[in-house]
Amino acid sequence: MIQTLEPILREHPFFQGMEEQHIRLIAGCSKNVRFGAGEVIFREGDSADHFYLIREGLVSVQFVIPHDGLTTVLTVGGGEVLGWSWLFPPYRWHFDARAQQPTHALAFDGKCLRAKCDEDHDLGYDIYKRFIQILNDRLEATRLQLLDVYGTHA
Amino acid sequence: MAPMLEQTEVAAPGPVPDPMLPMPYRIQRVRQETDDTFTLEILPEDSSSRFSFAPGQFNMLYVFGVGEVPISISSNPANVPLLKHTTRVVGTVTKAMRKLKRGEVMGIRGPFGSHWPVEDATGRDVVIVAGGIGLAPLRPALYRLMAEREKFRRIVLLYGTRTPDDMLYRRELEQWRGKFDLEIQVTVDRAASTWRGNVGVVTTMIGRAPFDPSNTLAMLCGPEIMMRFTVMELLKRGVAAECIYLSAERNMKCGIGFCGHCQYGPTFVCKDGPVFALPSIAAILGKAEI
Repeated sequence: MIQTLEPILREHPFFQGMEEQHIRLIAGCSKNVRFGAGEVIFREGDSADHFYLIREGLVSVQFVIPHDGLTTVLTVGGGEVLGWSWLFPPYRWHFDARAQQPTHALAFDGKCLRAKCDEDHDLGYDIYKRFIQILNDRLEATRLQLLDVYGTHA
Repeated sequence: MAPMLEQTEVAAPGPVPDPMLPMPYRIQRVRQETDDTFTLEILPEDSSSRFSFAPGQFNMLYVFGVGEVPISISSNPANVPLLKHTTRVVGTVTKAMRKLKRGEVMGIRGPFGSHWPVEDATGRDVVIVAGGIGLAPLRPALYRLMAEREKFRRIVLLYGTRTPDDMLYRRELEQWRGKFDLEIQVTVDRAASTWRGNVGVVTTMIGRAPFDPSNTLAMLCGPEIMMRFTVMELLKRGVAAECIYLSAERNMKCGIGFCGHCQYGPTFVCKDGPVFALPSIAAILGKAEI
């Protein structure tokens, strides 16, 4: 018997409260994936055709700073979302992502999901609202990081 | 005739210690914690000293001929009279303090101020959110919680620093994690790719930290802006405002609410704080004018 991913989607915090019909629609665009510790999930400049819901593990979002080397600017763990470049043209990753620990995730096909959002605007509105919340949280966190609050003001 | 026992058992009141008079303490050890932070371990010259303190209180540390600064006590309240103070080298006094050596003498006034409500956490989850050097005033509370571990439910420490090298008390945190039932999550603002832990601001950890918001007492200490965002996340998670405590920092001078240097709205941080329940300062928290 083929087990669908719908129960897993329902349980993931990112899709909490999503309508059943939408869960069914997006389940068709998702698949289970695993990454070993140290494995590269995507690289800066590559085509951003997926996003990931992390179920377990830890992923580092990194980029290279000249003279400093590879620098981690964010980690994404269980219950969180990795990647939004699939939403915006030109659909290219702006950072590298690497599994810090063995990581279990759901990968969503960005093209498939964009097509479904175009067909069903209620679904599209719901998905975009959820991503805007993530963008808001990350922007707020990034501002705090930029403030360097643990410096001499601490 | 009734014996006069009761009268003879009542101790005659001794002279009230002058809170403005520094007591001499001798430095036992100076420990470099990170690049710009260090810990002084000191003992009173008076071996009969009955100094005691509650977690969260602070002392005024006096470097003779240089000046006096308020620094939270960061040692175990059960280990008095030994006191530890962790601070960052930021100004004239702390620069001079960093140069002190074992065996030298400094002055101490205190302890001053309010304390963490550790007893109120009995039967509850405890969430401690520390940022940078803000872990120092929380360490005595952690000692107290660990000493009576069975009285509390989950204990979660969320600790944010600038980089992995800026972590305070690293070895001790590792020991606690192994020895006690204590959830410790550390995050840094940025790190080289060799760092295997979390990267991101500490506020982002609150949403997924393992505690029951309906039965949690939270203690926060760190940069004020970090505490403000932490408060927002805790409230969003469902922790009641009256169960959130913060340690504020202002320019404490006298330590007893006389001089007014540390006025914070209608309160004096040295006397009414430094530990405040959120409702008592919610209206002024983050106000530029205050």
